[in-house]
Amino acid sequence: MSDVAKRGTAVPAPLAWDYAPAPEARDIVSFEARYGLYIGGEVVEPRSGEWYSTISPATEEHLAEVATARTEDVDVAVQAARDAFENGWSSLRPGERAKYLFRIARILLERSREFAVAESLNSGKPIKESRDVDLPISAAHFFYYAGWADKLEYAFPNRSPRPLGVAGQIIPWNFPLLMLAWKIAPALACGNTVVLKPSHTTPLTALLFTDVCRQAGLPPGVVNIVTGDGRTGADLVRHPDVDKIAFTGSTEVGKDIQRAVAGTRKRLTLELGGKAANIVFDDAALDQAIEGIINGIYFNQGEVCCAGSRLLVQESIYEQVIAKLKRRMETLRVGDPLDKNTDVGAINSREQLERITELVASGEEEGAEIFQPSCALPERGFWFRPTVFTNVAQSYRIAQEEIFGPVLSVLTFRTPDEAVEKANNTAYGLSAGVWTEKGSRILWMAERLRAGVVWANTFNRFDPASPFGGYKESGFGREGGRHGLEAYLRFD
Amino acid sequence: MARLPVRKTYKLYVGGAFPRSESGRTYEAEGQNVARASRKDVRDAVRAARGAYPGWAGATAYNRGQVLYRLAEMMEARASDLAAVCSGPAEVEAAVDQVVWYAGWADKLPQVLGGTNPVAGPYFNFTIPEPTGVVALIAPDEPPLGGLVSRVAPAVVGGNAVVVVASELHPLAAIEFAECCATSDLPGGVVNVLTGLQGELAPVLAAHMDVNAIDLTGVEGDGAELERVAAENVKRVVRQADEQSPWEIAMFLELKTVWHPIGA
Repeated sequence: MSDVAKRGTAVPAPLAWDYAPAPEARDIVSFEARYGLYIGGEVVEPRSGEWYSTISPATEEHLAEVATARTEDVDVAVQAARDAFENGWSSLRPGERAKYLFRIARILLERSREFAVAESLNSGKPIKESRDVDLPISAAHFFYYAGWADKLEYAFPNRSPRPLGVAGQIIPWNFPLLMLAWKIAPALACGNTVVLKPSHTTPLTALLFTDVCRQAGLPPGVVNIVTGDGRTGADLVRHPDVDKIAFTGSTEVGKDIQRAVAGTRKRLTLELGGKAANIVFDDAALDQAIEGIINGIYFNQGEVCCAGSRLLVQESIYEQVIAKLKRRMETLRVGDPLDKNTDVGAINSREQLERITELVASGEEEGAEIFQPSCALPERGFWFRPTVFTNVAQSYRIAQEEIFGPVLSVLTFRTPDEAVEKANNTAYGLSAGVWTEKGSRILWMAERLRAGVVWANTFNRFDPASPFGGYKESGFGREGGRHGLEAYLRFD
Repeated sequence: MARLPVRKTYKLYVGGAFPRSESGRTYEAEGQNVARASRKDVRDAVRAARGAYPGWAGATAYNRGQVLYRLAEMMEARASDLAAVCSGPAEVEAAVDQVVWYAGWADKLPQVLGGTNPVAGPYFNFTIPEPTGVVALIAPDEPPLGGLVSRVAPAVVGGNAVVVVASELHPLAAIEFAECCATSDLPGGVVNVLTGLQGELAPVLAAHMDVNAIDLTGVEGDGAELERVAAENVKRVVRQADEQSPWEIAMFLELKTVWHPIGA
């Protein structure tokens, strides 16, 4: 008999572990009342005259007034970028371009706490993620590509790499600053200038970033930020003087963009949606796998294009995995994004919450079994409990469509072949996970999974040196690494 | 008794066989009757390519190279027939050389296009190129053989299966090339050749949901409408051929990055 059992009730274990609030101080960030557009190194009033309010999704409080750029504003921004490209930036000695990028990286690190708090306020993501993931990797991206700026001819031997010109970049709301870094760092390193449109719901860190550009002494017009909604993005995509479009977002919008640039000579890279399979074999280190599953789907509230949203469990360990998973889910702390103990923050917007709610309802309707831990949710703001669906058929919407929320669908398999077939049974192909102790099986699976990134015995790892991007309807082109340079260069 | 020359109707090359167009239609090109493929022939060709794809992609790189060297040999053996349907022996020789050149890339691509990535953390991380899948190629009119080979060779060497729309104007080089494919060790369905009207066939391929990439090199005009319909399944679109290079192969490849922790 174990010691614990012998002790009986003499030393009662606590029934619940409560955490005292540990909020990160938010006074390190002060937002301006209003943010104009950042064009040609200056903050300008939108010619459209349109403004909108950006909020904190955790409290629905108003954070700042932000400009909406329309056709005319986008035109001015593209002109500023063109001007900066022709008159200095593209002909600058590559080593000098590198210096600006190093400066930006250093300043971002220096101001990382401020940016992390701003990011969590505006996006709803937990501070421990913005602090430990978004900010360090954003800065690392600038460091990484700074080093490439004066080495491009070594990256592409026997070719003469040259910049494309003006890059129009459209980024999503799930990793606002990180996606900005993924877009701007390689573009600038290759000698392009950019017009970047942050997401409608999360413009603030991009607008704070304009201050970093100023601090770094970046020449005016090299980076231009135009805020707004889908209309602004469409204006940017359709602008005739943009040489390249880089888009990260939904597959639906990605297809629209591909249609819009058809017949033009614009270069295009798309990083779109996903429905990744996270595959657990019966010989896997189970506790590690459980952590990987949790990280795979509840990281950033599951609002991650490469989220491991389909769990494929080998039948022989199904009960065990589900029991462990549910137990682990009970310990997830959902709440204030600025609390350092928070694991799952707020859903980014009301629209997104509605979409998640609708898809979850469809899962229940189609016959899947739902489980949610008994955590309390704040009254104001946009929240969704971590959710897992069992008894899911491959045809259910929750197994086919990208939910982009903290919702996991569990399927089972018996053989490696069946795992591959189910994993690949999707229009997407962004990422996949494999958990097994057998090395040869990892490589066998990795060969067969139609996905741009395969995480084996880990999940959701990112690094500036590692190329990221999808197969099939998850898009084309790679971001990160040497391959990430290609999207911003011409060789003719 | 001497044999009487019969004017025959040339056929399609689909799944390693030479069927007539299911429509029974033909058109005249270069003084010959040539099959005029229909959308159902496109469907069959894509199906054949999809079926052949896993085996070809899964063959060892060494084996794919060997098969393509053999294809070059078959072309050389038919050099005079090929020369009769293109600009002449010089074009044939260049085309053979090009197949040999690309064949040699089969087992070198990951070393040039991939690599290991020095990530900050205890992870082994590498990137390898993989074939995109089924690739549609719209062959250019000129040069009749060289233009075709310059598109087929880079797409096939990387492990893709292809459906080629032959030049509408000069289909005979494509038909003769199909004979070379059929007598090489290239598995049936890896290369499929459709002759017919580009305006009929290209839109069907561009919109086909089981085609992963399309090369518009031979398309008349800006190809805007083809690109638009290609977006429906986010096809990779190659707008224009470039010079012979491994980057031409890379146009038809995906990059896969694999992570694994390093630990005792």
